[in-house]
Amino acid sequence: MSKPLKQIHLAAHFPGVNNTTVWSDPAAGSHIEFSSFVHFAQTAERAKFDFLFLAEGLRLREQGGQIYDLDVVGRPDTFTVLAALAAVTDRLGLTGTINSTFNEPYEVARQFASLDHLSDGRSAWNVVTSWDAFTGENFRRGGFLPQEERYSRAKEFLATAHELFDSWRGDEILADQATGTFLRDARAGAFVHQGQHFDIHGRFNVPRSPQGRPVVFQAGDSEEGREFAASSADAIFSRYSTLKEGQAFYTDVKSRLARYGRRPDQLLILPAATFVLGDTDQEAAELAREVRRQQVSGATAIKHLEFVWNRDLSAYDPDGPLPDVDPVVSEEHISRGRAQVRMYRDPVAIAREWRQLAEANKWSIRDLVINTGNRQTFVGSPATVAQTINDFVQADASDGFILVPHITPGGLDPFADKVVPLLQEQGVFRSDYEGTTLRDHLGLAHPDADTGTGTSPERAAS
Amino acid sequence: MSSTSPAPLHLAVALDGTGWHPASWREPVARPRDLFTAGYWTDLITEAERGLLDFVTIEDGLGPQSSLPFAPDERTDQVRGRLDAVLIASRVAPLTRRIGLVPTVVTTHTEPFHISKAIATLDYVSAGRAGLRVRTTFRPDEAAHFGRRTVPRLDGFDGPDAQEAITELFDEAADHVEVVRRLWDSWEDDAEIRDAATGRFIDRDKLHYIDFEGRFFSVRGPSITPRPPQGQPLVTALAHQTVPYRLVARQADIGYVTPRDADHARAIVAEIRAEQEAAGRAGETLHVFGDLVVLLDDSQAEAEARRDRLDTLAGEPYTSDARIFTGTAAQLADLLEELAGGGLSGFRLRPAVAGHDLPRITRDLVPELQRRRRFRDVYEAGTLRGLLGLTRPANRYAAA
Repeated sequence: MSKPLKQIHLAAHFPGVNNTTVWSDPAAGSHIEFSSFVHFAQTAERAKFDFLFLAEGLRLREQGGQIYDLDVVGRPDTFTVLAALAAVTDRLGLTGTINSTFNEPYEVARQFASLDHLSDGRSAWNVVTSWDAFTGENFRRGGFLPQEERYSRAKEFLATAHELFDSWRGDEILADQATGTFLRDARAGAFVHQGQHFDIHGRFNVPRSPQGRPVVFQAGDSEEGREFAASSADAIFSRYSTLKEGQAFYTDVKSRLARYGRRPDQLLILPAATFVLGDTDQEAAELAREVRRQQVSGATAIKHLEFVWNRDLSAYDPDGPLPDVDPVVSEEHISRGRAQVRMYRDPVAIAREWRQLAEANKWSIRDLVINTGNRQTFVGSPATVAQTINDFVQADASDGFILVPHITPGGLDPFADKVVPLLQEQGVFRSDYEGTTLRDHLGLAHPDADTGTGTSPERAAS
Repeated sequence: MSSTSPAPLHLAVALDGTGWHPASWREPVARPRDLFTAGYWTDLITEAERGLLDFVTIEDGLGPQSSLPFAPDERTDQVRGRLDAVLIASRVAPLTRRIGLVPTVVTTHTEPFHISKAIATLDYVSAGRAGLRVRTTFRPDEAAHFGRRTVPRLDGFDGPDAQEAITELFDEAADHVEVVRRLWDSWEDDAEIRDAATGRFIDRDKLHYIDFEGRFFSVRGPSITPRPPQGQPLVTALAHQTVPYRLVARQADIGYVTPRDADHARAIVAEIRAEQEAAGRAGETLHVFGDLVVLLDDSQAEAEARRDRLDTLAGEPYTSDARIFTGTAAQLADLLEELAGGGLSGFRLRPAVAGHDLPRITRDLVPELQRRRRFRDVYEAGTLRGLLGLTRPANRYAAA
C-alpha cells in the first residue's frame, strides 16, 4: 500500500534586492510602489498560495566602500506593507522577516499581534538574526552583539515575544455595556521576563490575536539554526532545493523534533525556489539561459568574483580569464550587508577550483559566474515543473516551496496560470482555501489547541 | 481688501478607541467588541473621509491606557488594549482615497530608522497621505517594557526636576524627528535610474549618508526606503507648554494646542511663532490647530444630558487637557470661528463618543462650516501636504 499523497504548500517571495531579480527587463516594474505589491499578492491569492513572503535588510549593501548599485536597491517597511496588503487580500498569509537584533520584543510583539488582528489571523514572522556593526550603525543600539550571542538573543527574543502573546488568554475582554465591566481581569497582559538579554516586566497592551501567535519561520542553516527551528519554529525557509540535499536536510531537521516533544508535521520545510517556464522543456531551457545572462551582467560578474577574491577586480575583463592573483584572506571583507559572503569559508580553495573549472570549460569570468551561481531551480514546461515539484515533495525533500520570481510584479503570473492548475488536477494542491487563517492553510494547530480547548487547564484553574 | 472672507479652516479628528470619554464604550453606538478589528477602524476613517476632513490622528502608546498620568491602573471599567496605530493607518489606507492618515509614534523607546521607513511606506501605500504624531512618554512602567533605560519618576509637570526631565525627553524627540526627516531625504527623487547601458539600478551619488550624531543616538543612513511621495510626510505634535512648543517650532508642520479661549490661543500662537523664528523657520508654514473634546447633539440640553449620563457611568466628571465643548454644531462652528480669530488655522476635534460625535462632525458641523464658507466643498488636493497648503519640499541633500 502506497502512502497517501502529501499536499503541497506554496508561497510567493516578493522579488528581492539581489541579482536574481531582473530589473532591466521591459516587463519589470517598481519594487516600491504599492501597486506592485497588490498585483503580486493578488496573483498569489488567486492561485490559492499559502502565503506571501517579504525579506528584510536594514542597511543598503556596500562593496569596496560604496553603495552597491547593480541590483535592485530599496524596499518598504515590512509591517506597514503587510498591513496594507491585508486590506486587498482575504486569505493569503502575510509573512514578514523581522530581525531580532535591531528590535525590542515588546514592540515587535505588538506589531505582529496587531497585524494578526488586522488580517484576521494571517500573520507570520520569519525570525532572523544578525550581529554586524555595519547594520548597527543605523540603530540606537549600534553593533553591540557578539556573533556567538546572536542565536541566544534570537531564542530569548522569540521566547519573550511568546510570553507577551500569551499574556492575554483571549477571554479577558467582556465589554459588557450594561454592567460596565470591560476587562474580566484587571491584570490582563501582565508579564515578567528576566533573562540574559532581556529584563522586562509590565503589561502587554494588545489582546490575544486570532492565531494566538503569528506562525514562526526560521531561516538559518547552521547547527544552532536547525536546533532553534526544531525547538521553536513552525516552518523553515531553507536553501536546499536539490533532491538529495533536500532529503538530507529534511530528515535531519525532522528527526530533531522528537527531542522537543514535537511531531514531524509540526515543522514544515519550505525551500526557496526559482523557476523559468516555457511551452516546451527546450524553450524553457533557452529562456533560462537568457535570464541567467540578464541576471549576471559583465559588471555583476566582476562584483561576484570580488566576494570571493575580496579585492578590487575592476581592472579585469568580464569576458576574459579569471584573475591569476589569489584572494585576500582577511576579517575585513570588501562586501558588507550581505549574508552570502559568509558562505565562502575557504576563498583560496574556491578560487583554485574556479580557475580549474574555467580552464576546463573555456569559461570567461562572466561564464563562470553564470554557470556556478544560482541557477534556476525549476526549468521546463508547466507539466515538467509541476511534476518535479510534486516528486520533490512526495519524496520528502520538502513540504513545498517558497517561489522567487525574477520579475516584479508579474513574474508569478505564469506559474499561477499554468502550473498551479496542473497541481490541482493531480489533487496535491488546494483548489480553494479551506480555512481562514495561515495556521489553517499550513495545517498547524492553534497554540491553545495542544491541551484540547481554548484555555489550558492550569490557566483555567488559576 | 476688507471684503476678503476669512480663510477656510482645517479640520482633523483624533481617534482613540471608542472615543475620548472614558465611558464612551458603554454607549449603544460604541461597538467596543469590534475595537480590535480592521472593520471598526475602516468605518470610522471612511466616515471622516465622507466629511472631507483633512486627516485623522490615531492614538497609541507603549503600555495599557491608564487613568493615572504616570502609572498603569488596574481598572476594569474602561477600555484597555489597543492595536499599533501605524498598522491601523496602513490597513485602512488602500480603502480610502483622500483623507490624511496620521498615526501616533512614540519617540522615547523606538528606533528612528524603523519609524522613518514605516511612515515613508505609509506614504507609499496611501499615495501621499501620511503623517505622524510625535509622542514622548514619561511612564516608568513603559520604560520597563523595554528595559533599556529608566525614566525619572514624576509627580507632575511642575518643578525644576520635572522641567529638566521634560526638556531631556523633548530634546530626544527633536533629534528623533530630525533623523526621521533626514532619512526621508536620504534618497533623491531621481536616484533610481535603471541605466541599462552601465548596468546601474541607482545613481549612488543621489543616495546620502545622514551621519546624524547627537546626545542620544547616532544614525548613519541612508534609509532602505526611497524618498516618499510627499517628500516629507507631515510631522505633528501636541503641546501644552514652552518645552513642547519649542519641539513644534523646530520640527513640526502642525502643532496641536489646548487654548481655553481666543486670547489664550493668541498667546500660545505668539509664543510658538517666536520660537519658530528663533529656530530659523520663520518663512515656513507651521499650522497651529486647537484641540477640543466635542459632544454634539441637536440641542445643548441634549448634549449636556448625554455628558451627564456618561459622567454618571464613569463615576466622575470627565476632565481633559483640552477644552470640552458640549452643544450643537452651530454653536461649535461659532466657537471655532472665534478661536480661529486667535490665530489658529484649524482644529483637531476629539469625539467624546466616536460612534456618535464623529458622524455629528461630518454630517452637522461640516455642512454648517460649508454654509459659512469656512470649509472645503470637495477635496482640492491629492496629498495631505496639498490639503494643508504645503508644497512638496526640496530635498535637503540635492545639489541646488
